[in-house]
Amino acid sequence: MSLVNIKIEGVPYQVDGSLTILEAAKKCGYEIPSLCTFNHGECNQGSCRVCLVEATGARGLVASCVYPVSEGMEIRISTPTATEARRRSVELLLSNHNMNCQQCEKNGKCELLHVANLTGAREGAFAGVRSETYYDELAPGLIRDTSKCILCGRCIARCSNAHGLGILGFENRGFKTFVSPAQNRSFADSPCIQCGQCVNVCPTGALMEHSEIAKVDAAFKAGKHVVVQAAPAVRAALGEEFDYPVGTPVTGKMIAALRRLGFEKVYDVNFGADLTIMEEGTELLHRLTEGGTLPMITSCSPGWVNYAEYNYGDLLDHLSSCKSPHQMQGAILKSYWAKEKGYKPEDVFVVSVMPCTAKKFEKQREQLKVNDIPDVDAVITTRELARMIKRSGIRFDRLPDEEWDQDIMGDYSGAGVIFGVTGGVMEAALRTVYYKLTGQEYGRIKFDEVRGHDAGIREATLDINGTKVNVAIASGMRSAKVLLDEIREGKSKYHFIEIMGCPGGCINGGGQPYIKPCFMLKEDDDILDTYKEKRANALYSEDERQVVRQSHNNPQIQELYEKYLGEPNSHKAHELLHTSYAAREGFNEIK
Amino acid sequence: MARLSSSAAQKITEICNRYKNEKTPLMMILSDIQNEYGYIPLEVQELVSKETGISVAEIYGVVTFYSFFSLTPKGKYVIGCCLGTACYVKGAQQVIDKFSDILKIKPGETSEDGLFTLDALRCIGACGIAPAVSINGTVYPKMTVDQVQKIIDDLKKQEGTSA
Repeated sequence: MSLVNIKIEGVPYQVDGSLTILEAAKKCGYEIPSLCTFNHGECNQGSCRVCLVEATGARGLVASCVYPVSEGMEIRISTPTATEARRRSVELLLSNHNMNCQQCEKNGKCELLHVANLTGAREGAFAGVRSETYYDELAPGLIRDTSKCILCGRCIARCSNAHGLGILGFENRGFKTFVSPAQNRSFADSPCIQCGQCVNVCPTGALMEHSEIAKVDAAFKAGKHVVVQAAPAVRAALGEEFDYPVGTPVTGKMIAALRRLGFEKVYDVNFGADLTIMEEGTELLHRLTEGGTLPMITSCSPGWVNYAEYNYGDLLDHLSSCKSPHQMQGAILKSYWAKEKGYKPEDVFVVSVMPCTAKKFEKQREQLKVNDIPDVDAVITTRELARMIKRSGIRFDRLPDEEWDQDIMGDYSGAGVIFGVTGGVMEAALRTVYYKLTGQEYGRIKFDEVRGHDAGIREATLDINGTKVNVAIASGMRSAKVLLDEIREGKSKYHFIEIMGCPGGCINGGGQPYIKPCFMLKEDDDILDTYKEKRANALYSEDERQVVRQSHNNPQIQELYEKYLGEPNSHKAHELLHTSYAAREGFNEIK
Repeated sequence: MARLSSSAAQKITEICNRYKNEKTPLMMILSDIQNEYGYIPLEVQELVSKETGISVAEIYGVVTFYSFFSLTPKGKYVIGCCLGTACYVKGAQQVIDKFSDILKIKPGETSEDGLFTLDALRCIGACGIAPAVSINGTVYPKMTVDQVQKIIDDLKKQEGTSA
């Protein structure tokens, strides 16, 4: 790293010569208004021209997000020329923008509105023709509205970085340019896995989750028995929507809020997660001892299942036949629970709060219905839950901490909690598989080898009474692909693989609160590097607080098997808790 | 992808293999396919994506960015009217309008019988003989509106259909 001498507004500084003006200015205490650049240059096209500054040695104004500093450079941010130029850039963007900010669900987290405010953009500064726009709401998980797109390319970069997929791209040229899946198809007609990573990085409302709040409202109105279940990762991030520091678990307050929203019962999906471990652990044991298809791969992540069905139709036998935890729990709610309560299954309305947009797709899969009744009726994201809490006038920070409902179900072990982070399902399963094989609890509860919070592949070998079990973990499809290609080539040495769709697992799901540094001034500058770890630690700390930390030791799970299901992988369990998969064509023929 | 014939799939794979060692092979691959088949439909792009690892959306973006590439089959005779500055001031707009009138197609479209495609080109570098029209690579210099009908008639005669 070589240092260079620069001046900002006449004040001398020494900075790393490899930095851009924007980065260098940040280190010197200046936040130049910027828009299209994102996450250390994950997306850095310099296309929006919002971050223009004056710099000596450059011809005209320069985009500070892409222009490097150099020895002796004098940078001016606040001159009338630069200030006006930045304002003009924003006004030009606004001139081709759908300005229904009042109705926009990104309002409050919209970076375009933020820079419009900062630069003092005037209304209607450039009137004229607007580009033709497209609105896609066919996919259950995602909505694309090009009338709000500023063509920054962040979504394109994220889809390709996280998954190597590149579902989105620029189409056409010049004024007619827009961002879409190939052939301007709907997400529903392309091999999009609906993970929602693109939504997380979109600076405006051009990409959004497909909201189901109205569905929940309608169920209340119709007088249904509306039951809610919340996934582990939600509690690790919901607090961010209410100005808690990133990584603050808000389990108790979330439960209190859900009760005040009127849900009849408030259950933890962790009960379903424990159930999943019982079923999946047993399935793995069968496959290991009876020569089933190996490696077995987890099937909790609907983004990953979508990816498998689109791209690895030949490997679907490797997926565990287990439904994901919230689907299992939904099936139990509409059978065992409804029976115990004396309700008809069709009068029970199950709402899942998920960190995920792909779950919205998953819940309407034909394979996840029992007697034509879906296990789960509505999926809302962590962000949608926050919206429901805010519109109801609930002061989240003043809520008491309450406990989950635990009448005939709902109790959970620490193993269920860590499902929300990459490696968690594996660790939870290993705790139970070890017990089943040896009749003893594993000596140490933590399996450090499988823990982590990032994309990439981790692996471990577990010695169970002399039997070596090779396991691997991947999150994000870019990493998963490596393991899958090994299987396809017959070179895989693993017995059990955990795959999560989003890099880092559910804590970084596409339905989680936005990590946008410009709105998080109380967080450290490096929050984009640390938020996954912080959220993961929130879950690991909850696991450590649990008395019961293995799924098979959850008393209500034991009772459920005794009273209703028989044993894991029984006929009844298969009917309610297992599912099937089918290969799908990515670009299906559109009639 | 099943919609591609096996011989076409083989040919396209072969084209992709020609540029295996190139750092950025996409433009060359697409140019060869465009020349070979006259268009690059989505099925073909899917195959190119599989062979090169470049996403379908990116390929689609390149195909729709450059007007040289086409998503739909072109006619047997591709009539390119240069609308570059020199040709334009010499009356190229009237020439292309005349083609449009007679063939009953707009620039970018192909006639129903599949014989003619009309394209508006940017400067083709033939400013000295403006306005220039290029039909399947043959350049017609200093075009006038009056010549248009005869050119079409001649081409149709070659095809054995009446004018």
